[in-house]
Amino acid sequence: MLQLKDVKKSFIQPDSSELRILDIPEFEVAAGEQVVVVGRSGCGKTTLLHVIAGISRPTSGRVRIDGWDMALLEEAEVDRFRAERIGYVFQTFNLLPAFSALENVLLGMTFGKARAERDRARQLLHRVGLGHRLTHKPMQLSVGEQQRVAVARALANRPQLLLADEPTANVDIGNQQTIIDLLREACQEEKVALVLVTHAPEVAEQFERIEYLENINLAWTAR
Amino acid sequence: MSLWKIAWRSIQQRSLASALTALSMALGVGLVVAVLVIHGVLGQSFRRSAQGYDLILGAKGSRLELVLSTVFHLYRPTANIPAKDYYTVLSRYEAEMLAIPVCMGDTFKQHRVIGTTPDMFDELEYRDGKKYEFQEGGRNFTWDGHFEAVIGATVARRTGLKVGGTFPPVHGDTLGHRDQRDFTVVGILKPTGTPNDRAIFVNVEGFYDLHKKEAGDSHAGSHEKPEGPSATATAEKAPPGSAGSRDGAPPAGASSRKPRFDESREVTAVLVVFRTPNMPRRVAIPKEINRDRELQLQAVAPAEEVTKLFEGIIGNVQWILLFLAILIVIVAGIGILVSIYNSMSDRRHEIAIMRALGARRVTVMMTVLCESILLALGGGAIGVLLGHGLTGLLAPIIDKQTGVVVSPLQFQTSELVLIPGLILLATVVGYLPAVVAYRTDVAQSLIASP
Repeated sequence: MLQLKDVKKSFIQPDSSELRILDIPEFEVAAGEQVVVVGRSGCGKTTLLHVIAGISRPTSGRVRIDGWDMALLEEAEVDRFRAERIGYVFQTFNLLPAFSALENVLLGMTFGKARAERDRARQLLHRVGLGHRLTHKPMQLSVGEQQRVAVARALANRPQLLLADEPTANVDIGNQQTIIDLLREACQEEKVALVLVTHAPEVAEQFERIEYLENINLAWTAR
Repeated sequence: MSLWKIAWRSIQQRSLASALTALSMALGVGLVVAVLVIHGVLGQSFRRSAQGYDLILGAKGSRLELVLSTVFHLYRPTANIPAKDYYTVLSRYEAEMLAIPVCMGDTFKQHRVIGTTPDMFDELEYRDGKKYEFQEGGRNFTWDGHFEAVIGATVARRTGLKVGGTFPPVHGDTLGHRDQRDFTVVGILKPTGTPNDRAIFVNVEGFYDLHKKEAGDSHAGSHEKPEGPSATATAEKAPPGSAGSRDGAPPAGASSRKPRFDESREVTAVLVVFRTPNMPRRVAIPKEINRDRELQLQAVAPAEEVTKLFEGIIGNVQWILLFLAILIVIVAGIGILVSIYNSMSDRRHEIAIMRALGARRVTVMMTVLCESILLALGGGAIGVLLGHGLTGLLAPIIDKQTGVVVSPLQFQTSELVLIPGLILLATVVGYLPAVVAYRTDVAQSLIASP
């Protein structure tokens, strides 16, 4: 479902030297599979997700999702592809503060093919336990609730792949497990492949497949 | 969710800045609307009033002054013309035109008292196809009712005069002396939207009678000039047994469908409406009158003079006011640009989130443009209300100065230009911040702290 081949990502520094962030010879995720990528802060976990989501283009290499070579798509096509097939849960939730919980989920649908299905948006918020807080603005929600809204938004367009960037990093300990359980269960129910990056071993150890991202390489795979 | 809603939420998020920006736009648009409405209504009213008459015959001199004085009851009356000239014109062109004499010089509570004949309301139309009508219980004064009067709707409202009420005209202006005989109101005109709403019309025979009487008293020499009918001359030369007896009752057999022929009289002006549909004749008649050196009068087309006035001085003033108001709107538009542009650094993160959710560059660009348009149109809508409110506030002053009633509910079709104009302005000023949104680096902005 997801294939990365010889993907490299570098940045040119002010002194014109090249800073390599990623170097991944091969990485594959099957449809509906759940993978955790573990690495310390600054090792390129977020960049990896950005490259997969098409937010950043790799310096070289191929990213294929569901048979589509992302490098061959125009930027607008990548945007559309991302809107329709990829869900994204951010470390900092990234809910838009002016929108209610329901509107944040609907916003996710606005740019995808599932054009503003209010019923599905409501259903998803009920699914994450926020059916009673549809009209609340992010500021009126706890951090755990905000992240649950973010999960509902990521699932809104019935994606094939969900990318979660440290989804528990800003959530209190009590809510961390709830978020992880929610993500895993929801992805299982919706048959969505999940790639979750984290630096937390207690999160990683709950997954059957763990990839370690160290020294810019996906160094080791364990089952 | 539509882009408009996304833009609206963005406006709500920066409610204070957005409100102030919209307010500045509202002030600019309000001024534009006020200028458009006031000028439009004034122009319509002046042109409509001028269209009520085809020609004005009056003393030689300023053509515009003659029109303003006779048609719009503005400024002092012009000098008089000999009644014999009026009779000459009347006899020469009777088949081709209706000519109604008017005599001025008296006032009542700052409203001009005009001596004329019943034809004024029986024959004339104040607008195409619109004849004068009287409010309930009223009627036109009769040829024989020398001291009968008809008052305009504004006069009735301002003075409280009712049908059956009486009033004493004052000679000259308000400081002049009171005339010796009261006129009785027999009719109140329904509002016409013309300057005649604020005028008082009396039977010209009563008008002459009044001044004939005055000529005999000690005030005769104190009359301001011009003063309408030549009272002194009339009094001295009026034939005995004429229609104007002192008690106002017409002498037996004096009833007539025409003003009495009396060469010694004077009139201030003559209102002319063509009967002939023959266009070449309509063009030729004023030329013939103006060429005739025997006649001590000139023929002026009021519509032509009003058009010149509006295209000249008033038109230029309007354009200057409109130009200044449009400049204010443009400055307000620049305010929108500054407001949105300054907010872009705060919004990069939000734009990046939308992009990460799959919004295309063009989509976020359009969202910013929508926001700019909403601010401009929202401010514009408030501005339209403000403009009409301002018009309502200025209405009493305009009414007092020109007699034109301006309603705050009067809309001008030119106001419709504001909608595409504001959309265009908003698109232009929103373009720069929209481009900033378009160029937002998603990955970098997502990593940066919100």
